[in-house]
This record gives sequence, structure tokens and C-alpha cells, in this order.
Amino acid sequence: MASGQVTKRVKYKTSVKDPGTPGRLLLTMEKLAFRPNNPNSASKFDMEFRYIKNHKYTKEGSNKAPMLNLTSNQGVSYIFEFENYNDLQVCKEFVGKALSKSGETPKPADTSQSLSEQPSTEELLLRMNLLRENSELQKLHKRFVSDGVLTDAEFWATRKKLLSGDLSRKSKQRVGLKSVMLSDSKPLIDGRTNKVTFNLTPEIVREIFAEKPAVHQAYLNVVPNKMTDKDFWTKYCRAEYLHHSKNAHAAAAEAAEDEELALFLKPDDILASETRRKIRCVDPTLDMEADQGDDYTHLPDHGIVRDGSKEITDSQNEPYMRTLLQDLNRHSAVVLEGTAIDDEQLKDTQTVAEALIQSKQGHKTANEEDDGNASQEKLNRISKMMEIEDLQGSNDLPLAPLCIKDPRDYFDSQQACAFKTSRDTTIGTEAVSTREAYGSLRDSISQIKVMGLNDPIIKPEVAMKVLSVLTHNISSTKYHLGKNPRESVLDGFPNKIKEDLLHHWMSIEELLRHYWSSYPVTTAYLYAKVNRLKDAMSKIDSQLQVILAEMKESVQSDLRNQLTLLIRPMQQALEAAMQHHDADLQKRLAKSGERPNGYV
Amino acid sequence: MASVPSKLYSDDVSLVMVLLDTNPFFWTTSSLPFSQFLSQVLAFLNSILLLNQLNQVVVIATGYNSCDYIYDSSSATNQSSEDGRLPALYSNLLQKLEEFIIRDEKLAKEEPRGKIASSLLSGSLSMALCYIQRVFRSGPLNPQPRILCLQGSPDGPEQYVAVMNAIFSAQRSMVPIDSCYVGAHNSAFLQQASYITGGVYVKPQHLDGLFQYLVTVFAADLHSRNFIQLPRPAGVDFRASCFCHKTTIDMGYICSVCLSIFCKHHKKCSTCGSVFGQAQSDNTSASDRKRKAPET
Repeated sequence: MASGQVTKRVKYKTSVKDPGTPGRLLLTMEKLAFRPNNPNSASKFDMEFRYIKNHKYTKEGSNKAPMLNLTSNQGVSYIFEFENYNDLQVCKEFVGKALSKSGETPKPADTSQSLSEQPSTEELLLRMNLLRENSELQKLHKRFVSDGVLTDAEFWATRKKLLSGDLSRKSKQRVGLKSVMLSDSKPLIDGRTNKVTFNLTPEIVREIFAEKPAVHQAYLNVVPNKMTDKDFWTKYCRAEYLHHSKNAHAAAAEAAEDEELALFLKPDDILASETRRKIRCVDPTLDMEADQGDDYTHLPDHGIVRDGSKEITDSQNEPYMRTLLQDLNRHSAVVLEGTAIDDEQLKDTQTVAEALIQSKQGHKTANEEDDGNASQEKLNRISKMMEIEDLQGSNDLPLAPLCIKDPRDYFDSQQACAFKTSRDTTIGTEAVSTREAYGSLRDSISQIKVMGLNDPIIKPEVAMKVLSVLTHNISSTKYHLGKNPRESVLDGFPNKIKEDLLHHWMSIEELLRHYWSSYPVTTAYLYAKVNRLKDAMSKIDSQLQVILAEMKESVQSDLRNQLTLLIRPMQQALEAAMQHHDADLQKRLAKSGERPNGYV
Repeated sequence: MASVPSKLYSDDVSLVMVLLDTNPFFWTTSSLPFSQFLSQVLAFLNSILLLNQLNQVVVIATGYNSCDYIYDSSSATNQSSEDGRLPALYSNLLQKLEEFIIRDEKLAKEEPRGKIASSLLSGSLSMALCYIQRVFRSGPLNPQPRILCLQGSPDGPEQYVAVMNAIFSAQRSMVPIDSCYVGAHNSAFLQQASYITGGVYVKPQHLDGLFQYLVTVFAADLHSRNFIQLPRPAGVDFRASCFCHKTTIDMGYICSVCLSIFCKHHKKCSTCGSVFGQAQSDNTSASDRKRKAPET
């Protein structure tokens, strides 16, 4: 079944002898549910695949009824009897899939593994690296995971971004082509037995096919119908040998005899036509001299005469000459284009050939479409002769870059939140009607118009008072908070205290994050987790109180005040969370009576 | 925050956008009478214009129902309608202000209930920012703009999103927002605005000396602020208001896609439409209830 769920008519039994309750079994990828036909029956249940430890089923050939036995990790077994073996088969496959998906490995009853997969070894390595590099992370990790407050999986669950960043970097890279010309590797020439041995690996074959499309075409046409692989390559190697011997006459002579050999020796037709097509697509507004002379496949040495003497070549033999420059150019062009085949496809020459063909098909269709539009566009562009936008100056307004601040910067400003008095208190105003209000405003304006401004604007004593207040304010904050306006209160503390405070704050944040995300508590696992977190929170709370008590003696008085102000929001947050936990617990106890752990 | 160096013709030319609070319901209950406030502000505006020949002042009135430009020192229509007692600046401004108030009154829809109603701070902030953008695009040489909010009305939590958006765009264009709050309690919006954009927030203790506060703290141009010490508040109230009921909250739910804040659990984010993961309690509590019936 391709769908995500399966429904079958079954009978649910608690043991093999049990006659069973008829009903329907509903399987989804996460859980299974059984609904008895009789709605009043009490044997309805839901069970998640996470808790299923094992599944057994009766074999098809035996005389027994088709049954599926699912064992949960609490030891309870659920037996379902199907109507026929087909149903059993379908359900068996589904259960197998669902179980493998939820990563069930026979575990002891401790259901602390809430993630569905075990982390792979690479991921474990990554985690260890991250911990090693980042000491803050390491401290947090040590504090919580080693003490058992949080499991490793939970700790890393919120840090997926850190992990995935590295992973994606590693897996996607594809190895490119070598820039060494493999196909140019010299063969082993054995003078004694007059044998020349060429060594061909799939890599070399790939390179040959990529650089010489005519050879590729020939290979596809000929192998395996007319010639075997080995023969083909033998001929090819013979052609290469002839080339290396630089004996154009011999090459011509042999080519005259053997058609296929001729194919290997002549310049590559397919390549030539491709090159011609590319030349047509060159934009004359950029490259004004693109013409036939750029077709390097036809002219050895680009037509440049090397030592001033014109080589008089036999026109018959000309096509059979190939120079090093031509080979190099072709090879570099192919390397720069890149490879479209993965390393796994380099198994043998047949697969390489096919893979290359597929990648070329893709290119070709794309190219053909482009060609049609390209010429039209080119004409448009030529007519416009636009200016080069890249070289123009930018006319942006100077903008401030986006700056997302580290929450630690706000750490010492949080003290304002300690002023919990509600600011939205209703100020007891007599209900002033709209008209009166506006009227009085207008009166004020008329008054000014009539009277003019005050003379003096303010009394000198008031001005003096304001000035002294402001100066005092500025100088006192400067004294307290330091000259640097960006310096925070924290820096005024000795280093040890500062680090402690920050560490506590980060731990509290981590705990609170896990705590609040676990609500609403629905499973026993979450319930246990919440309890652990609450214990850790009360531990930190007491630690904070200890700090406060210690500080009362050792630190100067004004710093003491700051410290209290810093610690108070932390304590308040912890208190709020613990209160919430207690309240929730009360609710649960009230609601479910005999089931104190809330497990459904 | 460093000032923008490249766009000015002199270091200390400033463009001050003054947002004047004209909420009548606040001013009727304020300890500082509106006439005194206004006279001190007018003197301050004149002082700014005296500091540098090229300084510009634009006044926007933040009303209860609307906002509007009241005065622009660079506009050519400042004819002297002097009547001997007041210079042109003042009489123009007062005239426009009175007309604005009359218009604003006409737009009034209903009586405010209970607490003092808030004025449209977000509207005037946006108008100020638009004016500043226009100035930026007007040519290569501009004065350095800043915004000064003279506010007394309390924050309206329903304007939280708009005000925060205005604050962030001011931050992006490097325009500091200074605030002088003459109301009763501190204003969270203005504290945040000044903190985020690098401006100054002052809540004067002695309101009869408001002019001295204004001249000491807010008259300094942006370049001089690099070497002048200005008062800094002790802490900033960073509380947000929730998007669904506009109440100020300390703890709430946040959408992980668009960071909108809600005070209660919702199924779907009202800002970006993303569906929140279902609370499993819905399923299990339903089945729990059903299961209990046959047992009992």
C-alpha cells in the first residue's frame, strides 16, 4: 500500500487462546489504533510505534490463523487475528516499515530516547568537535547532560543548525575532473615481444568520451552489436599509437584500409560542428573578432607557424595530423565544463558511455531552445548597445547594516522589568467631554497669541536647579557605569562573578527553553523530563541565592545593588516556571485521580 | 550611533523633526498647562534655528484622531504676519496648530473611556520618516536629521507593531529618535525607540524648567554628540504587547516564522498564516474523555 495508513478488519486478542474482540485496526506511520465494532467495549486503544518493541506473525504455510503479535516495551503483547493471509502480509509490511522508521531497537523500559534515530557516527563526531571548539557549549553540556537532567538528544535537538551546517558542507561535494590528461598516458612498450600495452580505466574512458564525441558515438553504435568492447579499444589504441608515432603516412595508409580506424584518426566531426555552433552564439558586442579562425580543431597550432618556415604538408595527410595544442585545448575545455557523472558510475565502459549520453541529451535540448531565442536577443542587444551596469557607481543611500544583538547585551537592562507595577493603571479622571477638552486646548493657544511668550521663559532659579540635576545625573551615571556608554553593568564585576552569572543565565535559558517546550505534557516521557527540569531549576535557584548571600559580604555596596537587580529577573523566571509546574501538577491530580503520572 | 558623514555640507547642520503631542485629553489632566508647555517649546524651536543658519525645523502635531505638518522652517511661505507681539515663526505655527485642532475635533468619533487615551504616535513617526526620506533623496547635500518626540500621552498598545516598524526603519536609516516624556509614568515605546536608534530619553522631573531640559539635552546636533555626555536612563522597559489583544505582556507565545507575539495559544499565526504544530493534548484529552465514560 502506498498510502500512509492501513485499515483492516481484525480480531484483537490478549492471548492466543482468547476468542478475540472483532473490530478494526488502523495503522499509520506513527501509531496504531484499534476500534472494536461494539462501541461500548472497553478494549479500544491507541499505541505509538515507538513503544512497540517487537512484532511476530504466523507463517503462511502453517495451519494457524493469520495473526500478528506486537509486543510493547512494557511487556504487554497485542495480538491481532486477520481474516486472511493477504491482510496479514500487508499489515506485516506496514508494521515493518513503521517500526524501522521509528528506529526501534530493543531497548530497556527506559523510554528516554525520544528522537527517532540514533545519531550517525559522523554526527557524533561533529558534536564532539563542536563541544571541543565552543567552551560555553561544553560547559552547558557538562552541566546538564552529564548530570542527567537533559539527554544528549534533547540538548542537540535545539542546535540542529550548528550540526547541519557542517554536514551539508561535507556531503554535497562532487569530485571534479583531473586536470592531468589521463588519456595521454604513455603505453608500455615491450621491445622484446613487440607488444604495446595500453592501460584503460573507466576514468580514462570517461575522459576519452568527454573529449572526443565522435569516439563516443562510434562506441555506442558499434558495441556490443558489431564489435566487442575489447576489439573497439584495441582499434582505438592502435590509432593512438599511430598518432604518437607522428607518422602521418602510415596513419593515412591504415585509415584507408580500416573504416573505424579512420574514424579515430581523423579530426572529430561532432566536435567540429559543436564548435561552429558555439561560434555562432558568441556575442559580437563583446568579442568582435570571433570568426572561423577560432575553430582550433581544424588548424594545427591555430595556424601560427612556429619556426617561420612553412611546412609543406601533403594535403592528403593533413587531416591525420593532430598536435599537442589541440589535445590540450580540448582537454581543458572539458575539465572546465565539469563532469556530470558521479564516481559511482565509473564502473565499466558501458555505463560510462550511457551516462555521458544521458547528460549530453539534457544539455542538447537546453541548447537548442536557447539557440532560437539567443539570436533574437542578440539582435536586440546589439541594437541597444547598453552601458555596462557593473561599472557604474552605486547610488544607494548609506544604510546601517542589520544588527541582531546578542541577548547578553540586554542582560543588564532587564532590571527594568523587575518593576512589575502595572503601568496601565487607570488614572482616575473625571470624564472630560471631547468638546471641553478641545476647547481648553484652543483656549491655551489663544492665550499665547494674546499674551505672547513668557518673559523670562523660565525663572533663573528653576534653570539652575535643572542644570544641576542634569549634571549630577550625568556624572553619577558616568561614575557608576563607566565612561564608555556601551559598557555594561556586568563589566564592573570581578571576572569570576561575571562568568558565573553569565553561565547561570545561559543554563537558565536552556532549562526554560526545554521546560516550556515540553508543555502540554501528554506522555510519561515528557512528564519525567519536566520533573527532571524542575529539579535542576530548583537547584539553580538555590545556587543563585547562595551567590546573593555570599555577595552581601564580599562585594561593595553599590555593586551589591546591581547584582541583586541582575539576579532578580532570573529568579523570577525560575519561580514562574516552578509555579506553573506545581499548578499543572495540581490540575492533573485533580483531574485523573488514580493516574498520577498522567499517562494515557 | 555614529552620524552619517557623507551627506552634509557642514558637520553640525541639523534637521529636527519635532513631534508635538496635542492630545486634548492628556493636556486637560496634566500638571503642566499646555500654554506653558507650548511657550517653552516655541522658544526652544527658535533656539535651534539660531544655532546654525542652515538648521531646519519641522513640527508635526500628534493628535488624537489625526496627525499633520504644522510648521516647516524651510518653506517659502513664511510671510511675516507679525502683529508686533510675536515673530512670524510663532504666529504661523500657532495659526496652523489651531486649525489642526479644529480639524481633529471634527474627526472625533467617541468619548474615551477610563484611562487617558493615547495619541497617534505611530502616525507622526511615519510622517517624520517619510519627510526625512524625501530630504535624503533631494540632492547630495543634506542636513543631519533627527526626530524629537515631545510626548505626554501614555502608550497605546494597539500601536505597538506600527511603532516598532517605525523604530526599525529609523534605525536602518540612522535617524536617532530623542524623546522627552512629560507624562506621568515612563513610556515603554519611547524608551525602546531611543535605545534602539541611539537617541536620548529624558523624563524631566521639574516640568517648569522644561525649556532648560530641552536646550541642554536636545539641542546638541548629532556630530557634537560624539563628545558631549548626555543623560542615559538606568534601564529600558522592553515589554511587548501581544498582537491579538494589544495588552502588554511579559510571557507569551511567539510564532517562529514571523516572531509575532500572542498571549494565548492559537492554532494559526494571524500575521503570517503559518499553522502551529498541534498540541497533542487535544487528541489525547478527547480520547481520554471518551475512554472514561465506559469505565465509570
